Amino acid sequence: MKRLANWRLLSLFAVLALVLSGCRGENFVSALRPAGEVADMQFDLMKLSTYVMVGVILVVMIIFVIIFFRFRRKDDKDETIPKQVEGSHKLEILWTSIPILLLLILAVPTVSATFNLADVSPMDKKNSKALVINVRSHLYWWDFEYPGQKLVTSQELVVPTNERVYFNLKSLDVKHSFWIPAAGGKLDTNTDNINKFWLEFDDKRSNEAGNLFYGKCAELCGPSHALMDFKVKAISRDKFDAWVTAMQDIKEPQKAQSDLAVQGQDIFNKSCIGCHAVTPENKLPDTARQAPNLTNFGDRSRIAGILKHDKEKLKQWISNPEPYKPGNLMTGKYDEMSPQELDALAEYLMGLKVQE
Amino acid sequence: MHAEEKMTYEKWPAAPEKTTLEAKNKFIGFWLFLGGETTLFASLFATYLALKDKVPSTEAALAKDLFDLPLTFVATMLLLTSSLTSVYAMYHMKNFAFKKMMVWLGLTVLLGFGFLGTEVYEFSHYVHTYKHTFTSSAFGSAFYTLVGFHGAHVAFGLCWILSLMIRNSKRGLSLYNAPKFYVASLYWHFIDVVWVFIFTVVYLMGMVG
Amino acid sequence: MSTIAQKKGFGGTLWDFLTTVDHKKIAILYLIAGGFFFVVGGLEAVFIRIQLAVPNNDFVSAGAFNQIITMHGTTMIFLAAMPLLFAFMNAVMPLQIGARDVAFPFVNALGFWLFFFGGIFLNLSWFLGGAPDAGWTSYASLAIHSKGHGVDFYVLGLQIAGLGTLIGGINFLVTIINMRAPGMTYMRMPLFTWSTFVASAMILFAFPPLTVGLTLMMFDRLFGANFFEVAMGGNTVIWEHLFWIFGHPEVYILILPAFGIFSEIFAIFSRKRLFGYSSMVFATVLIGFLGFMVWAHHMFTTGLGPVANAIFAVATMAIGVPTGIKIFNWLFTMWGGSVKFTTPMYYAFGFIPSFVCGGVTGIMVATAAADYQYHDTYFVVAHFHYVIVGGVVLAILAATHLWWPKMFGTMLNETLGKITFWFFFIGFHLTFFIQHFLGLWGMPRRVFTYLPGQGFDASNMVSSIGAAFMSIGVLVLLYNIIMTQVKNVKVGNDPWGDGRTLEWAIPSPPPFYNFKQLPLVRGLDALWLEKMAGKKGMTPAEPLGDIHMPNASFIPFMISFGLFIAAFGAMYHKDYSWGLPVIILGLLVTFGSMFLRSIKDDHGFHIHKEDLVDDTEKGAKA
Repeated sequence: MKRLANWRLLSLFAVLALVLSGCRGENFVSALRPAGEVADMQFDLMKLSTYVMVGVILVVMIIFVIIFFRFRRKDDKDETIPKQVEGSHKLEILWTSIPILLLLILAVPTVSATFNLADVSPMDKKNSKALVINVRSHLYWWDFEYPGQKLVTSQELVVPTNERVYFNLKSLDVKHSFWIPAAGGKLDTNTDNINKFWLEFDDKRSNEAGNLFYGKCAELCGPSHALMDFKVKAISRDKFDAWVTAMQDIKEPQKAQSDLAVQGQDIFNKSCIGCHAVTPENKLPDTARQAPNLTNFGDRSRIAGILKHDKEKLKQWISNPEPYKPGNLMTGKYDEMSPQELDALAEYLMGLKVQE
Repeated sequence: MHAEEKMTYEKWPAAPEKTTLEAKNKFIGFWLFLGGETTLFASLFATYLALKDKVPSTEAALAKDLFDLPLTFVATMLLLTSSLTSVYAMYHMKNFAFKKMMVWLGLTVLLGFGFLGTEVYEFSHYVHTYKHTFTSSAFGSAFYTLVGFHGAHVAFGLCWILSLMIRNSKRGLSLYNAPKFYVASLYWHFIDVVWVFIFTVVYLMGMVG
Repeated sequence: MSTIAQKKGFGGTLWDFLTTVDHKKIAILYLIAGGFFFVVGGLEAVFIRIQLAVPNNDFVSAGAFNQIITMHGTTMIFLAAMPLLFAFMNAVMPLQIGARDVAFPFVNALGFWLFFFGGIFLNLSWFLGGAPDAGWTSYASLAIHSKGHGVDFYVLGLQIAGLGTLIGGINFLVTIINMRAPGMTYMRMPLFTWSTFVASAMILFAFPPLTVGLTLMMFDRLFGANFFEVAMGGNTVIWEHLFWIFGHPEVYILILPAFGIFSEIFAIFSRKRLFGYSSMVFATVLIGFLGFMVWAHHMFTTGLGPVANAIFAVATMAIGVPTGIKIFNWLFTMWGGSVKFTTPMYYAFGFIPSFVCGGVTGIMVATAAADYQYHDTYFVVAHFHYVIVGGVVLAILAATHLWWPKMFGTMLNETLGKITFWFFFIGFHLTFFIQHFLGLWGMPRRVFTYLPGQGFDASNMVSSIGAAFMSIGVLVLLYNIIMTQVKNVKVGNDPWGDGRTLEWAIPSPPPFYNFKQLPLVRGLDALWLEKMAGKKGMTPAEPLGDIHMPNASFIPFMISFGLFIAAFGAMYHKDYSWGLPVIILGLLVTFGSMFLRSIKDDHGFHIHKEDLVDDTEKGAKA
């Protein structure tokens, strides 16, 4: 008998574990699969508050169920009048003080974590080695500037793992919010001021997630708010340094290789270069960077942050971006392209790689 | 006591503004309304303080360039005095001295118009001399909204007191109209108090820097 | 029936309702208008859930989706939940304190018509170039950026409707302060009256900041001001503060009356007085007070800094304490009682676990550091729907069943009521429970679609199925209402049999003067005390005498209608030359009507006591 009970208990736990693992979401986008110091801290707070709160729910539910079975009026014709109780000071003090205690248990780590997450002092130190990234949000795309490295890239944030990365956030049109769920909570990009915070990406867990996290806009910003995704490439410090060097090496727009790509570059220089840069330096001020920087477009994993990264999708996107991102600012800025022109342009853009 | 009853000095109660149930309701309701008005002005003050001197260019006039103490001091004295005259009016209302009440109320209205006149002059001065307008900057928007809201309250109060005076000029006092006069004077005091804050927060603090 | 009321045709009835100042008829107006907007907002919710049922759906376009979510939120909060609660406050609160009407019957009617025209104005946007699309919070940078007139409808419509709510709140406050029957001290007031009192006080202080915010946005969008234009020195965070200084108290303005409704239900159907009445009153007042101290917890990710975030986090957690007190007091009201499971009790019983879930997730989102993850995700959507649907809407449905006989003199069908409950309750949890997880898995709120491959697909489908269940529940309720009114089986004073408070001491529906003689209140649960003392009804506190009643008036309608006209002028004055004259015309109608009201003496009329005696005899014969 006892063994049977054990077995039952065990299978119950197995099912529970299965349900719980299913309840954690995908490791590249879920806040329940933390992949760094900030997300860990927040996940721990979530767990603590959940335990406390589930405890409260259990107490309420036990009383609730007892009431249902014991104090239901079984007979409609029952005329008995229950005793009219005014209250009970003892009980009332009990259920005032216990919640206060529970909230104190929760409040202390909350306050400490809040201050911890806001600590951006290394950013402002002189000769600080901390990596700082200026994030600028635009209607449906993200611009990332590395002021220390004098680099600009867009749509795909590249960060080194196992160190704190510091962010300056600002929006250049309407308010957005910068969120990488697996790495930590969000912070708004205001139009009025610069917001600062930090994130950290754990090397091991980044590898498990394929080194690519999903980032999202979390503040309603117009029709394509839902499609304002970006990606985060979290790689080891060595690889990051190599990437930076490779980017810095590009002083001039890269020369196209094949004939088709050369045609594409001509078209690009005629129709696109007015908004899209293909060199990474941060010579222009943030307000003058009107569209995503495409220096390393060929290395990226999505087109416009959302579409599959292949020539077919790219051609469809360029020929008419409107159905893919309603309300974007690219539609109608250039003449209609013929299929040949699209082929050439796609060939050229996909060849824009800084690393093999 | 019925509200319509013809009144004499002897029958006139000590607190004619809250003798009937309707009057009591009006009295408390109006105090509560003023509570709501307080939060309204508090929000406007907060907005003003947040946007004070927030202008798009260095040429635009700031608070310290704009304000002129003598003028606002005159405006302040006009409004404060009008509050005092309305107190006298209410004193006579409680004593069932209708004629005297009307005289003091008339004085209140005159002073109120004086205040509005200085305000209109002040605004046009800012617009013409400093190009400081409602649309020129966030500071301009906040300034004209706060002070203008108060000005609109003054204008409404003047219309209110005037129409009360005209409507009741032939009828004398009754328990029906006494609460109306009282509430109007309460409103007038409130406007006055708001002005004291405007004078301090906008003008005095504005001139300091 | 009274001798003064006569048989009327349809036109007469319509005119009666257009001019009425009777709190019971105004309650019916609020119920009908609020119910209508509830159905409209519900349809919008159904569209949202159809669009999100599968990834990459194109049931509605991205732009239309933003309009739908904006209108769903705005409609449900301002045009459905508030008016429906106002309906019950109007119908029941004056009866509960033993009053013949509210303090300002005229203002009461004015409040309704302002709300009505504001709501109609807002919803006309659908037919006039598109609805507002910046979310119900209408954050300034997006709202200023929004093209077309959508946001103008929001700004102008809510100003008009908000004015109505504000004067309604003042009216309830004065009514409770001044119009209580002899013996009805504050600490003998039923809890629904108490919660009306506190909610009204909150309206008084919460709505003016909203009005200011809306006015500033109106100035920016329509009159060239620069409050939120960063390039001109403006600041958009001001809007966030003003909105949430209103917005957070608003949540408690909604939930406190819901608490009041459930407090009545628990006591009635447990046949037991409310456990810990004084601490319930204390908790209500405390929640009302703390409600003003916590607005910035909606702005944890705005970047106010750790000091502000920590303070507001702790302040927010503090609200959990009085709310917890209430939950346990309700449980112990039932403890030891004789709990009868009628339809209202179903809702009240179902409310406890639902609201506790919403409450504890409230504490979770209050932990600022973790809220950086929850904020603006489906977790928050789940949280506030657990509070608002699991609290407010369940209360409204419960109150509909509880007080329907008092308002209309006939009882809703109990079986259909329970069917509604089960559909609605199961649908509610099916829709919203899973959304907690969606948020944690990384799904932001207010997205018109989501890409496949992120683990969101199945759960969204579950959520949409839940919405279908809720819709069926509402349809059954509508059927129930129609069938009940068609059959129209009349009921007596106290149809539930266990009524405790004054409203159950008078006929259903009550005569237009409510109480022939004001009742003498001897304690909490006044009617219950008399019943226990072996009496059939209340002891009168005054001899039979003339009753003073207010005159009906069409002026409230006109005042509100003038603002409705002026709002159109304001909206179009930049596009068309007729805009300015229309503003002036509208304001003339409004101020002209006010002036008319001011100079025309209105002393009301008296019902003579002889007519009242007649009534009794007729009633006795019938």
